[in-house]
Order: sequence, then structure tokens, then C-alpha cells
Amino acid sequence: MLLMQFSLANADFPSIDTWTPEEIRAHIGFMGDSNGKLTAAGELVDGQGLAGADQAKIVRGGNGGAAVVTEGPFAETKEFLAGYWIVDTDTPERAVEIAAELSAAPGPGGRPLNMPIEVRPVMSAPPQEI
Amino acid sequence: MNGNPHVEDLLRELAPQVVGVLTRRFGDFTTAEDAVQEALLAAATHWPQEGVPDNPRGWLIQVGYRRMIEVVRSEQARRNREDLAARREPYDLLAAPAADLEATADRDDTLVLLLMCCHPALSPASAISLTLRAVGGLSTAEIARAFMVPEATMAQRISRAKQRIKASGVPFSMPDREDRARRLDAVLHVLYLIFNEGHTSSAGPDLRRVELSSEAIRLARAVHALLPTNSEVAGLLALMLLTEARSPARTGPGGALISLADQDRGRWDAAAIAEGVALITAALPRGPVGPYQLQAAIAALHDEAPSAEKTDWPQILALYRVLERHSANPVVSLNRAVATAMVHGPAVGLDALAALDTDPRMAGHHRLYAARAHLYEMLDDRPAAVENYRAAASRTTSLPEQHYLTLRAARLAKGN
Repeated sequence: MLLMQFSLANADFPSIDTWTPEEIRAHIGFMGDSNGKLTAAGELVDGQGLAGADQAKIVRGGNGGAAVVTEGPFAETKEFLAGYWIVDTDTPERAVEIAAELSAAPGPGGRPLNMPIEVRPVMSAPPQEI
Repeated sequence: MNGNPHVEDLLRELAPQVVGVLTRRFGDFTTAEDAVQEALLAAATHWPQEGVPDNPRGWLIQVGYRRMIEVVRSEQARRNREDLAARREPYDLLAAPAADLEATADRDDTLVLLLMCCHPALSPASAISLTLRAVGGLSTAEIARAFMVPEATMAQRISRAKQRIKASGVPFSMPDREDRARRLDAVLHVLYLIFNEGHTSSAGPDLRRVELSSEAIRLARAVHALLPTNSEVAGLLALMLLTEARSPARTGPGGALISLADQDRGRWDAAAIAEGVALITAALPRGPVGPYQLQAAIAALHDEAPSAEKTDWPQILALYRVLERHSANPVVSLNRAVATAMVHGPAVGLDALAALDTDPRMAGHHRLYAARAHLYEMLDDRPAAVENYRAAASRTTSLPEQHYLTLRAARLAKGN
């Protein structure tokens, strides 16, 4: 699993709000092409972009199981998840390679963003036959 | 189903008829529906290779019937194996000749099934899933894919819906006249929801899920054929056709969204527009006028305009006012505010939008921000437009919409 995890406090590239239309278009195009390639290679299991962090809610079961909902944005939150890919690769090295390619998505001025992407294995479920 | 559109269409058309025949004969919708799913699967694998049988409906009924017999048998076997052995022969004899005898029943069955699947006791999500499976003949996997949930989740949802119908004690028969009118509203609403989900997916990477909108149109056509004089049914079908007609121009390269004003009208589907306009023109004077006819009339005005500037906005505004009186809902009010802006200027439109801020169903909704952004853009108030486009972009769960809104904000911000 590849997690596109940004840090609000010290992102080393400007927020997409501030990019030019061409830069945004190039970025979207790169992501679309990458997903297409991963799909064609049979490596993409699932991938989703997530709505902005200010749309997040944190839910806890309160007294008697009633939901207690806290709404964002959270001044305290240091990092947020922008999106994720689940890839099925032969080796862990290949997952790192894919993450590196995605990390280099173009940003302002067409320069690679080199955004941080966290790579974590997905735990396997017990065999279905049980 | 493996890509033979002829077989696929045929199966979808026959599915509700076969479910109807088997449900009537066995008095058990749940088992009949499962049996028909298996018969459809068998047909989808055999027909493309061996050819479509001379009597496809009879073929499906027979296979479904045999499957049901198997269920009945295995139940009996659990209780009494010897009794089963004695019964086997008469059951088979019964199955063979009866398959094709119910020729008169197909027309009503589709409607009865629709009324049953769109039962008011079901949540819209359950009603949609069950309708697509039992009436639309889509497999559970196909429906799951369209709604982007795991197949097991969709299977559970469908089986819960069937249990709910069973528990509610709805008999498999045509409801009386009054109940039928009320239940037809639910049917039209479910078809409308299926269409909308296909036309503008609420989440995910693709703007449209064509299978869903075309399936909704096919089902609306079927209902229209069954109830040709019902003007709201005609209105709904017209609305779908007139909306779908614009699809080829709604997206550009890479699936990017194109707003109505910027669409290449030459790419609209002229035949669908002509059909929709004819339907709504015939339905409106027949009355009674309902919300689907009003929305279809608005869609027809958009489709018939030679350009965005030449759109008959005063007429559209008048129709939105009638629609708002008829069925007040915040989305209608939002559209009315936009039409107001086109007739009386963006400032008046923004005033109309302000009233929606206090509506809990609309406050914080991305469409409200997007509409406001468009009006500020018309006013040439760029900072306010950019701010609202960004707010809308962060609130939508549709990726193409988010891209569209982000780009729109960026384009305006750059001009500053």
C-alpha cells in the first residue's frame, strides 16, 4: 500500500491552490497516465484520492455507543492522507520503485514534487477455505 | 456476460418476465430471483457459443424452473428421501409443458416486479440494487462494480432487501389503483436515481458510469411502453434522453469536465434530443404536470438553444418557479437562483443563493459554492470567485468535478 502522506506544517512544495492551470493539468495527466500503466501491468489493485483534510471527521463511540464526532480542520494534526494506491507487486522493491515514480509527479514549473509516499505491506487475510 | 450485446440485451429484457412467471408459479420471489440469476448465467455462457435458442424465454423459464425444483427437492430430501424419489417424476412432467404457456403475462409482470423492487419499505440504495438485479438482469458483480462496493457487500444488500420484502408481506400481484399510483412514484424515483448515478457519479475517478444511465433509460422505456398515457413516465423518459444527449460533449481529453456553456453543441446527440422533445411536447398538454415533465421541459430548452447565449433563460426561470412550488427542494432553489442570475444579473442571483445558506441540506454543499463562484465570476469579482471555486473543490467527492473546479480557480487566480 502506497500512502500519499503530506505534512501540513512543512510541505516542501506549495499547495495545489497556488499552481497555474497548466501545472495542475500536467499533474492530473501524470497521475492518470501512471494509474493507466499500473493497471495495464496488472499491478494496481485499488487507488483513491481522498477529499481535503478539512472535510475529515473523527468519530469515537461515546456513552452508550452514541457517536461523538469532531470536525476538522485540526490545527494540531501534523500530517494528512491525500490518497492511496494498493498495488500487487512481485517484490517489495517494485513497490518502492512505483512509489518513487509517483512521488516525482510534476508540480510548479514542471519540476518533480518528490512528495513523501509511505509504503506499507497489506496484511493478508486467512485462507478462504477455513 | 462476455461482450455479446445482442445476447446481453435479450437477457435483460427477458429477466423480469422469467422472474415473474416463476414467482407466480411458486409464490416465492426470493428463490425465483436466485434461480433466474443462475439461468441468466447459464444462458450467458451457452448462447454465445451454441446460438440463441428459438424460444429464449422458454429456455430461461425451463432452466430457472429446474433450478427451483432442485431447491424444493433438496429441502424435501432433508425431511424425507423416500418421498422425494416418488415425487421426482410428476415434477419433471409438470415442468416441461408449462414453460411456454404463459404468453399473456409478460407485460404486467415487469411492472409488478418493478413495483415490488421499489417498495417504499426499502432504502433507496436497496431498491436500486434489487431493481437492477431482478428487473435489469444485471449480475451482482456488475452492480457491485457500478457502485464500487465489494461483491459480497452488494450480495448482502440484495439479500437484506429481499428479506425485507418478504417480511413486509407484499403479495406478488398488481396493487390496486390507488396504491399503484403511490408506488409508481417510488419506481420513477428509483429509476431517476439510477440514471443520475450513471450520469454524474457521486464519487470516484470517472464522471459517468454509462451502464447505469443506459440501463435507467432502458427501464424507463419499458415502463413507458407499459403505461403509455402516464405523462410523468413520459416526462422522466424525456428528461433522461435530453440529459444523456449532451454526454458526448460533457467531457474533454482525459475525462476533463466541460461546463454547459462551453460545450460543443455539434456533438450533442440530435436523435435523442428530437425523441425527448417529441415525448415532452406530447406529454405536457396531456397533464397532470409533475416534476419530471417540468425538468424535461427545462432540459429541452437547453438542448434546443443554438448557443449558451441564445438560451431562453426567462422561460427556464419561469419553469423553475413552477417546479419550486411543486416540489420545494434546495437543489431546485439553487438552479432557480442560477437562472435568476442569467435573467436579472449575477447580483440578484447571489441574493437568491444567500437564502440557501441557512438550509441544513445545502449549507456546506459543494454545489452551493460552485454556483456562487460562477456568479462571482460573472460579476468579475475574481477573489470571491476563486475562493468559492476552491471551497467547492475541497468539498466534492467526484474527482473530475474536483479537477474542473481546481482548474477554474487556478485560471481565474492567474488572471489577477
